[in-house]
Amino acid sequence: MTASIGSASLLAALLVTAYGIGAFVRGRRSEPSGWIRSGYAAPVGLFVLVSASVAALEVALVRSDFSIRYVASNTNLVTPLLFKVVGLWGALEGSILLWQWILALFTLIVALRYRSRHPDAMPYVLSVLLAISAFFLLLMVGPADPFARLAAPPQDGRGLNPLLQNHALMAIHPPFLYLGYVGFSVPYAFAMGSLLSGRLRDEWMAITQRWTLAAWTFLTAGLFLGARWSYDVLGWGGYWGWDPVENAAFMPWLVATALIHSTMVQARRGLLRIWNLALVILTFLLTIFGTFLTRSGVIASVHSFTQSLIGPLFLAFLAIVILISLALLAIRLPHVRDDGRIESLVSREAMMVLNNVVLLAMWFTVFLGTVFPLAVEAINGHKVSVGPPFFNRMFVPLGSLLLLLMGMGTIFRWGRSGPEELRRLGTVAAVSAGSTALLAFLGLREPLIVIGTAIVIFMGTAQLVEYARGVRARRAATGEDPIRALAGLISSNRQRYGGYLTHLGLAVAVVGIIASMSYRTEVERALTAGESFEIAGYAIRYEALMPTVAVDRLVIAARLAVSPSNGRAMAGTRAPAPSAVIVAPSLNFFPQDRTPVATPAVRSSWRNDLYLVLIGIEDGGRQVVVRAIVNPLVSWIWAGGMIMVAAGIVALWPTRRS
Amino acid sequence: MKRTRLLLAAAIVGAALIYLIIGGLRGSIVYYLTPSELRAQSQADPDRTIRLGGQVAPGSKQWNPSALELRFVLTDGKVSVPVHHRGAPPDLFTEGQGAIVEGTVGPDGVFEARSIIVKHSEEYKPPTPADQP
Repeated sequence: MTASIGSASLLAALLVTAYGIGAFVRGRRSEPSGWIRSGYAAPVGLFVLVSASVAALEVALVRSDFSIRYVASNTNLVTPLLFKVVGLWGALEGSILLWQWILALFTLIVALRYRSRHPDAMPYVLSVLLAISAFFLLLMVGPADPFARLAAPPQDGRGLNPLLQNHALMAIHPPFLYLGYVGFSVPYAFAMGSLLSGRLRDEWMAITQRWTLAAWTFLTAGLFLGARWSYDVLGWGGYWGWDPVENAAFMPWLVATALIHSTMVQARRGLLRIWNLALVILTFLLTIFGTFLTRSGVIASVHSFTQSLIGPLFLAFLAIVILISLALLAIRLPHVRDDGRIESLVSREAMMVLNNVVLLAMWFTVFLGTVFPLAVEAINGHKVSVGPPFFNRMFVPLGSLLLLLMGMGTIFRWGRSGPEELRRLGTVAAVSAGSTALLAFLGLREPLIVIGTAIVIFMGTAQLVEYARGVRARRAATGEDPIRALAGLISSNRQRYGGYLTHLGLAVAVVGIIASMSYRTEVERALTAGESFEIAGYAIRYEALMPTVAVDRLVIAARLAVSPSNGRAMAGTRAPAPSAVIVAPSLNFFPQDRTPVATPAVRSSWRNDLYLVLIGIEDGGRQVVVRAIVNPLVSWIWAGGMIMVAAGIVALWPTRRS
Repeated sequence: MKRTRLLLAAAIVGAALIYLIIGGLRGSIVYYLTPSELRAQSQADPDRTIRLGGQVAPGSKQWNPSALELRFVLTDGKVSVPVHHRGAPPDLFTEGQGAIVEGTVGPDGVFEARSIIVKHSEEYKPPTPADQP
């Protein structure tokens, strides 16, 4: 019954979408007509129908209706309720449904919000959004049917992949990623709308900037949450592996970051109009391409899916989008003109143009590293892979260059910088050189790390100086206390100060990335009860195994006593000091998989993380194998991510109109 | 023409970046071989990192937890290659299942694995012979 409701809603949604596109295309030339008016019913109908089908799938998941293949494949009777609900985005069909649901929601918001403000552009914009919906609905009515039935429903389902069922972040990481991904459809629709209608003025740009920033903020949150999930679940003590699935989400992020900056140049100076159109299109293409990579099974990785019928359809859709977008861009190209040109290299806009070049080079690096193995395999059948060393080798110089440009762009003014800005540049560079020298004196030695640190400090200081200048000017003008002046400063220009805050968040995260990549220590040990070992200032003593039975799994944890070491603790000679803390990394045995999944235990402080993984239990439980990793400054990465997301929200917060 | 000069400069910078990126890529390609393909390469370069994929031969896993030494045999049904790894087997590592190892071939013909990747798919299925990479 639920399955029929779900399928029927999807089919009806497809019909409503087709009607909407038809009505908008038919009514586009005439005066506000009955066609257009009836077309506006389509986004409403689409959202209601897709919501109904999401509700139907959730009911089936929660009730364990194993007559639906998707439910039987991704949950079982003992799956905890949270993970039954989350099962909606646990695999291919459900995540396409989630994607479509978010797209329907955004389409509805666009229709309601801008109908009266932009009546001329709306039919075009909504047709584009509905056309994207039509593709995803076709997928679900066809090869990716979330409501496909099983002729003989099994007694119990297969259960969710244990790696996905092992962490609560699974509940929020994918939705954030999708909110970001799908959000980029809206700027694309506005860009295409402007090209289709031939109304090429900049009014659509303000809407595009807002939606791009919103989608970027969601995607940033999704990326950091994904890194955190990887850190907390996968047990290797890392957070980013240049896995194709990670790259798929990172590529649109890089291009969208470039876009956010280049649209500022357009808004401020009337430049880069064609470039911005191209970036909007590229960002959208990359979200579709990313979904293709992760959902079609072309790449074998932890995340990849086994379905492959979907692949050709995605490729066809990509090809159509590329052809139409490029053709439109080519037709309208002669009518798009910039208002002037960049006057000086020592200007904010010049730095933003250069940062665009660097960000696109980063994107191209990721793209090439991800696609190259696929291309080689497609051409001559050889399987090759491109590992993290390639990405790291490229990202160290490109990233350094980007941070330098960020610092200079923040200090320089629009147009042409004067002696005042150049003096400030000197001061910030001196602060960075001075503090790096101090760190070098305290023991920072490796040249590459010293250079990296100096650049990060330079970039971070530049942002702080802008805040300090703003606060000082405001205090001089209003006589407010510093806190109030800071609040007033931010709310008077949210975009600008939100931007500086994002940069600051990135600086904090980069410090964490440099430190954790450069100074990680790792030890693997086999231990019997009472034995201990030391790593980077910690003494770790194995006490006992603690098995517990949960509804969905058997958990075997190893009790470890962690205490600060003075370099004197000898193996098995002392009872744990009174200051010892008990931690319990564990192995989870799920009935749906033959082999266990580890849950690391992480003791985190602002200085470093002690990351302990129970790798194996040997000899009938008398011996355990433990991996211990000490990762410096990892918590800075999460803090930096939170600052960046908060900064995005600050910049997006609606300004009260006076 | 100022505009052409700017475009030219941009093109040169872009080309230089693309050249650097492609150059970097050429040096970091890791070939993926099956045991038969590895055998067919008569003179394997001992320093070249490769990925070897196959099935962990049943009964071949020798794991010495005290010394943290793992030995097993990867096979594609025709050719078998002994593998040595310093460190514990990863999660989901079992005999009879597919695995990929990354490392180099030693002079004694033993594959020295720096890392082990277990073939694993989102949707759980019982392993079948067709799962072999």
